[in-house]
Amino acid sequence: MSNIGSYGERLNDFDWSLSEQELDYNKGDVINIGWYCTDRNCEQGLAEKTAFIWENAAGDERTYTFDDMRVLTNTIASYLKELGLEPGDRICLFLDRVPELYLSFLGILKMGGIAQPLFSAFGDESLHQRLGPAGTSAIFTQRKHVAKIRKIRDSLPDLKHIIVVDGDPEKLREREVIFDLDSTPRVEEFDVHPSTAETPSVLHYTSGTTGQPKGALHVHYSLISQYLSARWVLDLQPDDIYWCNADPGWVTGTSYGIIGPWANGITQAVLDSGFQTERWYKFIEKHRITVWYSAPTAIRLLMREGLDTVSKFDLSSLRHLCSVGEPLNAEAVHWSMEAYGLAFHDTYWQTETGSMVITNYPGMPIKAGSMGKPFPGIEATILDPDTFEPLNETGSVGVIGLKPGWPSMFRTYWNNQEVYDSKFINGWYVCGDRASIDADGYYWFQGRDDDTINTGGHLVGPFEIESALLEHDSVAESAAIGKPDEVNMEVVKAFVALKPGFEAGPDLELEIMNFVRKRLSPLAMPQEIEFVDSLPKTRSGKIMRRLLRAQEWGEPIGDISSLEND
Amino acid sequence: MEDIKETVLEYVQDEYLEEDDDREVEMDTPLISGGIVDSFSMVSLKRFLENKYGIQIPDSDATPEAFDSVEKIAVLVERFLDA
Repeated sequence: MSNIGSYGERLNDFDWSLSEQELDYNKGDVINIGWYCTDRNCEQGLAEKTAFIWENAAGDERTYTFDDMRVLTNTIASYLKELGLEPGDRICLFLDRVPELYLSFLGILKMGGIAQPLFSAFGDESLHQRLGPAGTSAIFTQRKHVAKIRKIRDSLPDLKHIIVVDGDPEKLREREVIFDLDSTPRVEEFDVHPSTAETPSVLHYTSGTTGQPKGALHVHYSLISQYLSARWVLDLQPDDIYWCNADPGWVTGTSYGIIGPWANGITQAVLDSGFQTERWYKFIEKHRITVWYSAPTAIRLLMREGLDTVSKFDLSSLRHLCSVGEPLNAEAVHWSMEAYGLAFHDTYWQTETGSMVITNYPGMPIKAGSMGKPFPGIEATILDPDTFEPLNETGSVGVIGLKPGWPSMFRTYWNNQEVYDSKFINGWYVCGDRASIDADGYYWFQGRDDDTINTGGHLVGPFEIESALLEHDSVAESAAIGKPDEVNMEVVKAFVALKPGFEAGPDLELEIMNFVRKRLSPLAMPQEIEFVDSLPKTRSGKIMRRLLRAQEWGEPIGDISSLEND
Repeated sequence: MEDIKETVLEYVQDEYLEEDDDREVEMDTPLISGGIVDSFSMVSLKRFLENKYGIQIPDSDATPEAFDSVEKIAVLVERFLDA
């Protein structure tokens, strides 16, 4: 029997107080996610239960009980206080998926800090765009990533502490300290910060069409949504061994790679390794993974390897599969049935929503390729893209709107209230994605409603890429769009007009690709650069990405009356 | 073959390791599964090989497994040089 039971019955008289009751939370109480994921489990009799199984590419393994988690997160929280950090300080996690990443995230929350996880493959420019505006006070990192921080720290006056978890004392520079968790004396008791519902908890930066990335700020009350959706959608049950593929640099990796499973007292396994089909299957086989939360890009790579590879492994422990990040195509659902005897359940949500909002549920028939139905307690609709009024006709395509008020909804964009406000129209939070609803109430994704590029399940802003391209000596003008890709749904394609004296060619193309990869991230690196004499612009000089994208996708070009005539 | 290995090894060390990253990359070091080169960055590594050796590596051959060490990459390059 699944945790949710009947989706239809859950819709009747749903109230978030159900989740509050299960978490023994009453309005006005202290609510601290760090405590809920560690100490509370110990109080519930799970102190000796395995909480965290970690393994790296080399096969090194570590295991932690919930009591280990409690003590180690106390130790980190205490260390941060001793450094002089205070509640409300933004503390960044710039780490691979090492144990310190997961433990420090919870330690930061326990001392009242705001955890700011960033993808460790980000380059120095991407880091700067996120640490500077956030006024980040401290950053956890590893020896192999510290060089990127050194490049930018002189322009980050608020950044007081660079905490290296595997540092070499001989090589420390200004503001750098070593924090070796293994050799730090354990702290058994720690006064957890008495955060309340609206106390900020997590700051996740996300990209949009215009301007620099924006920091979506979440609060400790988000736990109410994350706990219940992990319970009902991921269907986490006491004996499960759960694996979430997402990196905590992205919201899935924190909401469902840390908070949701551990608030439910579940054993979670983490593989700190790049993608490799057989390595992944071996991990599932070895740890007897039961619930697997993956992404369409990974699933399509697994599909490429075929059923023969599947048959080499014992994957019989799997009992429930979910997917997130981009629309899950129907072929992937059918293939997973054939390969694993189980369908992947697509889940839809965003950094801003903090938890799943439209999703497929255990026990509810899956329509392959559909996003599913709104989570109980979440009112969703399809809005007319011009008037932002609900479209009531079945099958009409519009933008997804959500009625604000669910617990994990972001509370603002950091220092950017104006953009935050612009996301709400006619009383709806406008997601920026287009979809339709069929006669049975299932939602069907149609595409983004803006120029943001969704590559491998991660949003990348064209403006960031274009800005980085312009920093290359050879580039006079640039435009970035998403082009179709069989595995990643979209990959970045750039159009570049060169300055006089530079000659287009494969070597220059590679040089520019690597330039963007190092400045921003591998995700933002154009996988193709088309050299052009000039870019299509409006008469006011704005580059018409829409035109380039339509040409790339073979779609109608639409109204080009504003196109500048050369 | 040895020349190809040395060239690829040098390129990987220069392009995919940060200054102060003191990880040792050997001929058989796992690159993709070891997190040195991610699946997106693999595209730039593939492009380097194509430019350097004047070959075309189809996407179906540019798998994480085929790119997972300098040795494996050299075997792949040789195959397309011979083709």
